[in-house]
Amino acid sequence: MSAPYDLNDDSVVVIIGSGAGGGTLGTELALKGIDTVILEAGARQEIEDFVNDEWESFGKIAWLDKRTTSGTWRVSKDFPNLPAWIVKAVGGSTIHWAGASLRFQEHEFKTATTYGPVEGANLLDWPLTLKEMEPYYDKAEFKMGVTRTNDIPGLPGNNNFKVMKAGADKLGYKECHTGRMAINSQPRDDRGSCQQIGFCFQGCKSGAKWSTLYAEIPKGEETGKLEVRPNSQVLRIEHDAKGKATGVVYADKDGNQHLQKARVVCVAGNSIESPRLLLNSASAQFPDGLANSSGQVGRNYMRHTTGSVYGVFEKPVHMYRGTTMAGIIQDEARFDPSRGFVGGYEFETLSLGVPFMAAFLDPGSWGRSFSSAMDDYANMAGMWIVGEDMPQESNAITLHPTEVDPFGLPIPNVNYDDHANDVAMRDHAYRQGAALYDAVGAVRTFPTPPYPSTHNLGTNRMSEKPRDGVVNRWGQTHDIANLFVSDGSQFTTGAAENPTLTIVALAIRQADHIAERMGQKTL
Amino acid sequence: MTHSMGYTPLSRRGFLRGSAATAGLVAMTLAGGLLSAPNGAWAFAPKTLKPETARVLVQMARDTYPHDRFSDAIYAQAVAGYDDKAATDAAFQALLEDGVADLNSRAKDGFGAGSYDRVGWEENRLSILRAIAEGPFFQAVRSDLVVSIYNNHAVWEILGYEGSSADKGGYIDRGFNDLDWV
Repeated sequence: MSAPYDLNDDSVVVIIGSGAGGGTLGTELALKGIDTVILEAGARQEIEDFVNDEWESFGKIAWLDKRTTSGTWRVSKDFPNLPAWIVKAVGGSTIHWAGASLRFQEHEFKTATTYGPVEGANLLDWPLTLKEMEPYYDKAEFKMGVTRTNDIPGLPGNNNFKVMKAGADKLGYKECHTGRMAINSQPRDDRGSCQQIGFCFQGCKSGAKWSTLYAEIPKGEETGKLEVRPNSQVLRIEHDAKGKATGVVYADKDGNQHLQKARVVCVAGNSIESPRLLLNSASAQFPDGLANSSGQVGRNYMRHTTGSVYGVFEKPVHMYRGTTMAGIIQDEARFDPSRGFVGGYEFETLSLGVPFMAAFLDPGSWGRSFSSAMDDYANMAGMWIVGEDMPQESNAITLHPTEVDPFGLPIPNVNYDDHANDVAMRDHAYRQGAALYDAVGAVRTFPTPPYPSTHNLGTNRMSEKPRDGVVNRWGQTHDIANLFVSDGSQFTTGAAENPTLTIVALAIRQADHIAERMGQKTL
Repeated sequence: MTHSMGYTPLSRRGFLRGSAATAGLVAMTLAGGLLSAPNGAWAFAPKTLKPETARVLVQMARDTYPHDRFSDAIYAQAVAGYDDKAATDAAFQALLEDGVADLNSRAKDGFGAGSYDRVGWEENRLSILRAIAEGPFFQAVRSDLVVSIYNNHAVWEILGYEGSSADKGGYIDRGFNDLDWV
């Protein structure tokens, strides 16, 4: 059979979501000849629809469905209905991502063992090792055209990088360069090279940055084995009396509901919607939600210990020109508890335009302390902190007790408290970041609080034992054999690195596994 | 952006703490001249708000996000948006009129001034704003201003932000790495 597929076709693999996990998995399965349907909640926008305007773009591509927040994290105070800054469109957050593509370090797959007990943290070793992941990291880097791999040169450094590099040298950091980026530094894979446009977060207008929207999904569609249905919001996963997933119910753009039958269901809706869908799919047989015998669905929500440091200099920087994430410092990503915390963090350059700088520099602040910082916008350099945060059971996606969406389903609440380790790490990074800019002659520096989460992780975590998590080493749920999780919610722990490369590597690996099991008729 | 089934997601301002969603930027009304620059460079005639209310709001906008390089026209553009919103939203109109009346009363009590904008020193006006900063009036105005002021292209130009770049070929030949002082 070939796409498009009938609603009653129960031979298809149904994937929910088309981002780094779902878009990659769907394409890989189609390339293997497997009939695949991707249901995407958002619309299909193409490169020509992207706009170099922060607020306008936000209105077009961001996931704006109402969510609530709780807990002591500052995002809940400043952005109570925007816990995450992610995308609702075909391609998912691979439209918005900056392109940083870093492998996890070996010890980051075994944090419980390496870090030992950390009070209040629900640490667990991954049921996977770096060695097992290496062939898939290889494939992911090749697929995405990651710079500094596969003989692909690094990107040229922009002004923001020049400031970072000068400061890194002064502080004695050794691992500072223009990153391993899934952004073409030279034409590759029918896509051109980076034009240093900026606006990476608003969707790459040149297509130099890898996104499933144009770098993967069209290849899957060309095989005739992949159908992507946009504007299709999945409401629940159905199962039979034997506890096997049978299909999913979704609403189309007009709100009409349909049942798409399935042989296999893969959930890849990002770490807020994925557990929400499993919880909203509760039934008489699974009263606590699907795949939730461990009680871990929605728990251990991680979002990286983020924050930013901006510095103002006497002379212009124009940090917004060129690649948003134009450079990285990796020296602090090591495991070194002598710093007062376990885990590590990366520094990555980051810039915001004037509209978003005003919204995010110090949310809620006003007066000359704030406006004088904005006056110096052209002389500002900036970098982002990406560090490993501790998984905590109480940091969780739960169903709101009273508020429902237009389909009558409970909306998600995102609860998050910083762990003491997270705070210690962020404070260390603020100090180091300020010292770095001071070393280059900064006249002021700003410790900017975390933005709404872009790295949402861990809410359907991978575990060796069914009692400790939701999915096994293949992303297959412990409870339901033909139900998989294919996004960052599988992450057992978050590591210091940006998650996309690992999500893509896991999706390639999962596609091999699903194809093999289908071939053996054991799925 | 309108969702199916008539559901409208929150506006961008809805994400900012304590905000009241207001209309977006509108062109300044160049008629009447009830509020105008001494040199005639700009003028703004409020249609719904009292002229004095609009005048005080312009001063309050400047005191909240003070930029000495910005003309009053930039702050008046933000207030013109409030005037439009007030025309269709009586509760919002009342929030502004009552809020400004309160500012004026505090200006009289504290500094013997006829209205908030007649308090001579910024520091004294700030003491008034700090006293009401956690209230709904200030929060509604502030959370809207932080969007409307900094999304104004005239502001971008003054602050040295160049805006859209893809249509100009990006910065690959336009100075992405022109910094020479490090």
